[in-house]
Amino acid sequence: MVGITGYSAYIPKLRLQRSAIADAHTWYDPSYAAKGRGERAICSWDEDAVTMGVEAARGLVREKRPQTLMFASTTGPFADRQQAGIIATALSLEGDMRTLDMTSSQRAALGALSQAVASVNEGSRDILLVASDKRRARARSPGELAWGDGAVSVSVGCENPLLEVLGSGMNSVDFLDHYRASGKDFDYDWEERWIRDEGFSKIVPEAISRALADAGIAPEEVAHFVLPSTISRAAHLVARAANLRPESIVDNLAACLGETGVAHPLFMALNALETRVKPGDFLLVCSFGSGCEAVLMRATEAAAKYTPPISVQDALALKQPETNYFKYLCFNRLLEVEEGKRGEAAEFQTSLSASYRNRDMLLGLVGGRCTQCGTVQFPSARVCVNPQCRATDTQEPYSFRDEPAKVSSWSADYLAFTPNPPSHYGMIDFVSGGRLMTDFSDLEVGDIDVGMAVEMRFRIKSMDHPRGLPRYFWKAVPARAR
Amino acid sequence: MAQGIKDKVAILGMGCSQFGERWDVGAEELIVEAFDEALEDAAIDRSEIDSAWLSTAMEFVNVGRSGLPLSMSLRLPNIAVTRVENFCASGSEAFRGAVYAVASGAADIALALGVEKLKDTGYGGLPGGASGTLSPLWSATGSAPGSFAQLASAYRAKHGIEKNDLKRAIAHVSVKSHANGAKNPKAHLRRPISEDDAINAPLIAEPLGLFDCCGVSDGAAAAIVTTPEIARRLGKDNIVNVKALQLSLSNGSESGHTSWDGSYFHTTRIAASKAYAEAGIRKPRDEVSMFECHDCFSITEFVTTEDLQLSPEGGALKDVMDGFYDADGKIPCQIDGGLKCFGHPIGASGIRMLYEMYLQLQGRAGQRQLPNPNIGLTHNLGGAPNQNVSAVCIVGAA
Repeated sequence: MVGITGYSAYIPKLRLQRSAIADAHTWYDPSYAAKGRGERAICSWDEDAVTMGVEAARGLVREKRPQTLMFASTTGPFADRQQAGIIATALSLEGDMRTLDMTSSQRAALGALSQAVASVNEGSRDILLVASDKRRARARSPGELAWGDGAVSVSVGCENPLLEVLGSGMNSVDFLDHYRASGKDFDYDWEERWIRDEGFSKIVPEAISRALADAGIAPEEVAHFVLPSTISRAAHLVARAANLRPESIVDNLAACLGETGVAHPLFMALNALETRVKPGDFLLVCSFGSGCEAVLMRATEAAAKYTPPISVQDALALKQPETNYFKYLCFNRLLEVEEGKRGEAAEFQTSLSASYRNRDMLLGLVGGRCTQCGTVQFPSARVCVNPQCRATDTQEPYSFRDEPAKVSSWSADYLAFTPNPPSHYGMIDFVSGGRLMTDFSDLEVGDIDVGMAVEMRFRIKSMDHPRGLPRYFWKAVPARAR
Repeated sequence: MAQGIKDKVAILGMGCSQFGERWDVGAEELIVEAFDEALEDAAIDRSEIDSAWLSTAMEFVNVGRSGLPLSMSLRLPNIAVTRVENFCASGSEAFRGAVYAVASGAADIALALGVEKLKDTGYGGLPGGASGTLSPLWSATGSAPGSFAQLASAYRAKHGIEKNDLKRAIAHVSVKSHANGAKNPKAHLRRPISEDDAINAPLIAEPLGLFDCCGVSDGAAAAIVTTPEIARRLGKDNIVNVKALQLSLSNGSESGHTSWDGSYFHTTRIAASKAYAEAGIRKPRDEVSMFECHDCFSITEFVTTEDLQLSPEGGALKDVMDGFYDADGKIPCQIDGGLKCFGHPIGASGIRMLYEMYLQLQGRAGQRQLPNPNIGLTHNLGGAPNQNVSAVCIVGAA
């Protein structure tokens, strides 16, 4: 049976408290006073849909090299540069693997999942689907409160699935609850009540009944109903219209994460798998956008034994509350702020030829290991860095991505330009012996000292704003507690 | 076995411009200001100079590339002028070129002049500048204070020193330099400060505060060198000779191999050892009379005292707090105010350090004059602790 054979989640560490958003807007709209509940995940300035995608995918890739890598998002930083390809290079998967991006609709990820299942049914093996979104919302727009940033990856195959896919149903409709025109920063949307009554309530039940028929399941047999929606009671109305039991409605993670765009059906389904699903349960996973797609799955015994590289619950737990709404605006460039002459002077053109030549180093954190003396080093070089060796042309590729390290020197720099001062950077020594003068991320003043354990994350090193290019590299962050 | 440079070259004349925020002048005026003093001191005509070296590191701010800025500003008689750049050690590099030209016999008289016009950027601190097409894509983003500040974290970890104790010691380093700079009419910063001023100043890069960082200055310094024989023939007495001139560059070990712990300058230790051997100095702590080190930041001076074998390893804290390097201490350091207060016009700094040693050895240092100095050392460093150029020069009475 074909299905989801593994998964991993990534949620950026910062959780913007909705009370901070509400406090900023209540003067304008008193109804905000009641909207300050819970928190939403926000990217730091150095994260985007691709960096989150790499983080979500890396754990699964360690387990098995996929044959196909799909990246689903409507907020990838590139309109014409394949984002699945960036992820592939970052995880040293370049070459004969198929890579493709799925986009343009909130149901891009669930559509990709169905496509992956179909491919495996037709003989493909091991497809990795990465769903990631960092939706940009205008200040004081509903999305600012309701959305969250995050990524999840699932592997699709036929060996020992956790969730078997039993059937699916479509209802393709060009229903314009919202749209974002090419080249525009923000969505344009229509009245919520209309979206709920004419959209969700009418379009979703049709897809559901087709999926149930495809799988041969009765509505009341569905134990877990997944339908992301930021509209109050939309899932309840749909459940009633589709004859689903009300208790089957799965938590939409609004309180602790926010709606993560295309990734959200998977986030909700996998969170349910961790918190409420029992082997044999039927899950109905729906995604609304340009119509609706519904997928019927059944949990297996394997699900009970499976430990993901990073579970949804673990990703939710690794967090830091952020109460500074202004910081969120700055990180998302929603406010014109003075970045100073140093910010201006920090701007430089990116050499695409130099970047390409060194792409394994820059995107994959690949250095070298001297086959003569065993010394690992970054970057790789013609002549070995070990003073006792100095052999020439003896190095084989060696990636430091997954290697733990310790801080050997550091500073918190208030002079250097960074969107998130102070700029923390310093020398880290990897357990295998290599070292790197690296930027640190995901830490606050006072968090760091010599000897602290760190691990590497794929991040935006610097942003080439005039030319629209995120320059990706790796940074050290405090090691996750193990 | 190389013979070394000891006593082959004498300093014939030196000059140094006023350092500071010279809003009213550009590189040309600074060059002429330093050169005129050196030429008068040497008591020669500019047509007698055979060859010249120009050092400037951040040529993109004002000076421009090539040797032409020097040749044209001074209307030199169409002689060879070479521009050198080796980060903040550029001045020592220009001096080295001129000294080697004389030592080789290729030139009788040579000029080394360093200049930097930094205050044309629109902001404080050093400009970053171009670092190639690859390095900015991976090497950590930072400023000079942030790279040097890391010495403090590694030094503390290595020697088990409390944060506040190190902070006070580096404050003392700056207090001493401010006291010295106050007596130097050419210095950029001439206001004495207290330890509490330094400790309580705004943070620039943890743990360095404002007073732990040197001045970013405009300025120029010049040296005219010749052989001791020619110097005597020109009627000079009280001659100052070059005793040693060493340069050591990182090869990537510090930044790429864990054999370095981040608390000291690997290159400075090598350059210092070679320089002492070249000059015939066996016990630096007893034999060196005074020194100018590259105190771009207080912590740099602090660890460098050990790298120069003046303080024992781990002993800098005691020596600094005991006043060993104060003006009335055993080995006065930065008697002219150093980079900290005289200022740091990059390309000029190495030659500015020599200027003070030269004046002191000739007894011409005015209010700052030390009693009977015999051996002066300069240490000029470029780059960052993990990747740098370190120059050590020793001068003394002929």
